[in-house]
Amino acid sequence: MARYALRRLLIAIPTLLAISFIIFALLDLAPSDPTANLPLTIPPEVREKIRLSLGLGEPFVVRYFKWLEQFMINEPLNVLEQWTGWTIGDSENRLRVLSWATRSPVTDLIVERLPQTLWVVGMSYVIAVLIAVPIGVISAYRQYSLFDQIGTFISMLGFSIPTFFTGLLLIVIFSVWLGWLPSIYDTTHVVRDWDSFVFQVKQMLMPTMVLALANASQISRFMRASMLDNLNQDYVRTARAKGLRERVVVLVHVLRNSLIPVVTVIALGVPTIFGGAIITEQIFRVNGIGQLLIIGIEGADIPLVQTLTFIFAILIVVFNLIADLIYGMLDPRIRYD
Amino acid sequence: MTPLRRLLVASVACAAMTATAAQAQRGADGQLNIIYWQAPSTMNPFLSGGTKEVEASSMVIEPLASYDNDGNIVPRLAVELPTVENGGVSADLTSITWKLKPGVKWSDGSDFTAEDAVFTWKYCTAPDGGCAQSSYFEGVANMEAVDPLTLKITFAEPKPFPYTALVGAESPIIQKKQFENCMGAKAPECTQQNFNPIGTGPFVVKEFRANDVITLEANPNYREADKPRFQTVLFKGGGDAASAARSVLETGEFDYAWNLQIEPEVLERMEGAGKGKLVSAFATSVERILINFTNPDPALGPDARSVYKDDGSNAHPILNDIRVRKALSLAIDRPLLNDLGYGKTGRPVCNVLPGPDIYASTANDACLVQDIEAAKALLDEAGWAPGSDGVRVKDGRRLSLLYQTSTNSVRQSFQSLIKQWWAEIGVETELRNISASVFFGGDPASPDTFQKFYADVEMYTNNFSGVDPEAYMADWRCDAIPGPATQWQGSNINRYCNPDYDALSKKMASTAALADRAELAKAMNDMLMQDYVLLPLIHRSGTSAHSVTLAGVKMNDWDSELWNIADWHRAK
Repeated sequence: MARYALRRLLIAIPTLLAISFIIFALLDLAPSDPTANLPLTIPPEVREKIRLSLGLGEPFVVRYFKWLEQFMINEPLNVLEQWTGWTIGDSENRLRVLSWATRSPVTDLIVERLPQTLWVVGMSYVIAVLIAVPIGVISAYRQYSLFDQIGTFISMLGFSIPTFFTGLLLIVIFSVWLGWLPSIYDTTHVVRDWDSFVFQVKQMLMPTMVLALANASQISRFMRASMLDNLNQDYVRTARAKGLRERVVVLVHVLRNSLIPVVTVIALGVPTIFGGAIITEQIFRVNGIGQLLIIGIEGADIPLVQTLTFIFAILIVVFNLIADLIYGMLDPRIRYD
Repeated sequence: MTPLRRLLVASVACAAMTATAAQAQRGADGQLNIIYWQAPSTMNPFLSGGTKEVEASSMVIEPLASYDNDGNIVPRLAVELPTVENGGVSADLTSITWKLKPGVKWSDGSDFTAEDAVFTWKYCTAPDGGCAQSSYFEGVANMEAVDPLTLKITFAEPKPFPYTALVGAESPIIQKKQFENCMGAKAPECTQQNFNPIGTGPFVVKEFRANDVITLEANPNYREADKPRFQTVLFKGGGDAASAARSVLETGEFDYAWNLQIEPEVLERMEGAGKGKLVSAFATSVERILINFTNPDPALGPDARSVYKDDGSNAHPILNDIRVRKALSLAIDRPLLNDLGYGKTGRPVCNVLPGPDIYASTANDACLVQDIEAAKALLDEAGWAPGSDGVRVKDGRRLSLLYQTSTNSVRQSFQSLIKQWWAEIGVETELRNISASVFFGGDPASPDTFQKFYADVEMYTNNFSGVDPEAYMADWRCDAIPGPATQWQGSNINRYCNPDYDALSKKMASTAALADRAELAKAMNDMLMQDYVLLPLIHRSGTSAHSVTLAGVKMNDWDSELWNIADWHRAK
C-alpha cells in the first residue's frame, strides 16, 4: 500500500506540471485585459503603462517559469517561514505571486478567505453527508415506501432547482418577509460569547442549508442506488440464512459494501469545498474562495485565477489518491501491492 | 496639595472635560453600514483606477479640493480656490499656488504639509509605477513646497483650467512618510501601505480585506472636532446590484448601497417597502451609438479595415452620407428606451456633452421625437430604394449594418428595439454583443475591442471626470484617430475628422474665460450632433439608495459619492 501510494505521488508530479502549463497557457492566451474594467476616462497611454507595470511586456515563457518558481518554491517557503518563524535565505526580496487587482500576495488572499469557505461550505458538506447516508439507506431498504417516495421527491427538487433560486427564495422568505435571518454574511464577525455564537449560527444557516440540500440530494441518490445493488446479492441471503440479525446484515454487510462508490463521490466532492461555492457565496456574500475566483475572472486578474485553479487541480489529484486508498480499507479484496 | 497644584489639576480636568464634550459629538451615531456590490481591491486609488477603489479611499485620503453635488469646485485641504482674480493663478496661466489649511493633521498625528502634495506628484509620475491617475498630472512641469502651507504647481504651458492635479477624489494626497519607500516599481510590493493608507479624511482603515470588507473608524485627528458623526464604518462588498438594493430598501440591514443599475420597475417596487429611498445625480455619462466613418469591411486587410485614410479613400460606403446617419437617429424613440431601461435613473438626451449646465446645449432637443416618416424620406432622397424584402438597396448594395456592444441585459434590449425601428425604415441590422472585458479591453491583437471598431455602429457609455470638458471634447480631433500605427490607441473612436472641429478644440485649449469656454464647448457639441457623428441616447445618473434613518447624504456624480461622509448622521 505504501509503495502504491508513493508511486501514485510520483506520477502526480508530471501530471501537475502538465496541468500547470495548460492552465497558464489557456489563461494567458485567452483574450482579456486587466485594465478593461477601468473607467473609460483613463486614457489609453496610462492603461498601457499599467499593463507594463504588471509585467505583461515580458514573453510568455519567461512569465510561465517565473510564476512556476514563485508558486512552487517561493510561496511554500513563505508559508513555512510564517508557521515556524525561521528565516530561509533572502526572504525580504523573494518574489511572491501578486494579484493584479489588489497588488497583494495571492496566498495571503486565499488564507484570509479559507475560514469562511471552510465553515460554510465544509459545514454544508458535513451536514449533507450526515443527512444523505441515512436517507439513502432507509430509502433503499424500504424501497417504494412513503419515506422513499418523499425522499426521492425532495432529492429531485434539490437536484433540479439551482442554488441561485433556492438561495433567493430563502432570502425573500426569511430576510425580507419574516426578518429572522441576515441576508448578508458578515465575515468580520467574531464569536466571543453565546449571543455572538447565535448570530454566527443565524448567518450560516441559509447558505449552509442551500448547499446542503443540493449536495445531500446527490449523495443520497448514490447511496440508495448502491444499497439497492447490494441488497439483492447472494452474500446478503447467505448472511440472513446464517441467522444474523437484520441490523447486522444491513448496517455491517450491505452498508460497508455499498459505501465504496459513495466514498468516491464524497471524496471527489471534497476539493469543491475548498473551491468554494461560487454562486451561493455570491448570493449571501460569504466572500470566500469561490467569490475570489469569480472576481479574479471578471477583473482579468490572471495570476489569481491561475493560482486558484492550479490549487484546485492539486486538490483533485490528491483526493483521487485518497479515494483509491480508502477503497483498500473498505474492501479487503482490493490490494494494490 | 498646594493651591497652585490644585489649580493645575483642576484646569487639566477641565480641559479633559471639554475635550470629551467635543468627542461626544464625534462618533455619537455608532456604526454606518455601506454596501458596494463591487468590492474594492485596494485602498490606493493610484494603483487601481476603478471607481470602487476611488470611492472607498475617499473616506480616508483627500484632495486639495472636491466637486460638490452641483459640480462646483470646493476647497477641502486648501483655504480657498486659487483664481486669477485672487492671485492664486498667475496671469499667464502657467502656475497655480494653493494655500493649505493650517493645523490639518494626518491620522497618525503628524502635520500635513505641502511636501506631502509634492510627494504625491512624484509618486504618481515615477517611471514603472503604472499609476492609474497619471493623466491628472499631465502638463505639470514642477511642484514645489514654497513653505509648509504653500504649494506651487508650474505647468509646461499655459493651462486655462488648472484644477486637475490634486483635485477630485481620483487625485488625492498620500502621506510622504508612509509611501516614501514605495515609489515606482516597488509600489505593488507595499501591500501594508496600499491597504492601510494614512489620511487626513474623516475615517481610518482598521482592517482591510481585499475584495470583501473594510472596517473603518473615526479619525481621532480629523480637523473638525465634532465630525464624523459615525464611530465605525462597515464597508461590505460583493454580490450583485439587486441584492445590494434589497439589503437597504427591503431588509434594512445596510444604510447605503451604491450604483443600483437595475430594471426600473424592480427598484420602484423595492422602494415601496418604505425602509429606504433612492437618490440619483446626473453628471456626464451618456449612453451613445457611435458611427464608424471608415470602412469596416472584413474583406479589407488589417491595414485598411476600419483605418482612416487622409485622402478619404477608405470612407464608410453607407454611413459617410449624413442623410443615412440622420435617418438612423430619427428612427429612434429615446423616451421609450429610457422608460424601459432606466426609468428614474436616466433621461433621454440629445447631446454628447450633457453637463455641467453651462455647457449643455439646447440646439438639438428635436431628437427626442421619433419620426419614422422623415427618416424614410431622407433615405429615399439619398437614393436608397426599398428592395423586395423591405431592406433598402442602392447600386446593388443592401442597407445592412453590424451593430455591436458589450454584453449587458439593458444593452441587448436596446439593441433589439433599435433593430426593430431601423427595420421599419428599411435598414437591416445584424446584432453582436461582446464580453465587456474583451470589448473594453485594450488588447491590440483582439478584433473585438471597441477601439478597433470592426462594425458599422457600436454602443456604450462614456463620460469625463471632473467638470471641465476640454480634454473630453478633444477626443474627436483628427490626430486622436486610432489605427494600426498607434496600436489602436486613440480616443476618436468614430474616426471623424473635421478641420473646423479641430480649430474649435485648439481655440478652447487657449481660452481661459469660463463663458467663452462654455460657448466653444457648446459649439463643438452642436457640430458633433448636427453632423450625426454619434447618436446620444440616455443621460445616465449615478443611482444609490440610503436608509430612511440615514441623513446628510448629498448624492454626487461629479466626485466620490462619499464626498461628504463626514456630515452623514442618523436621522432623529
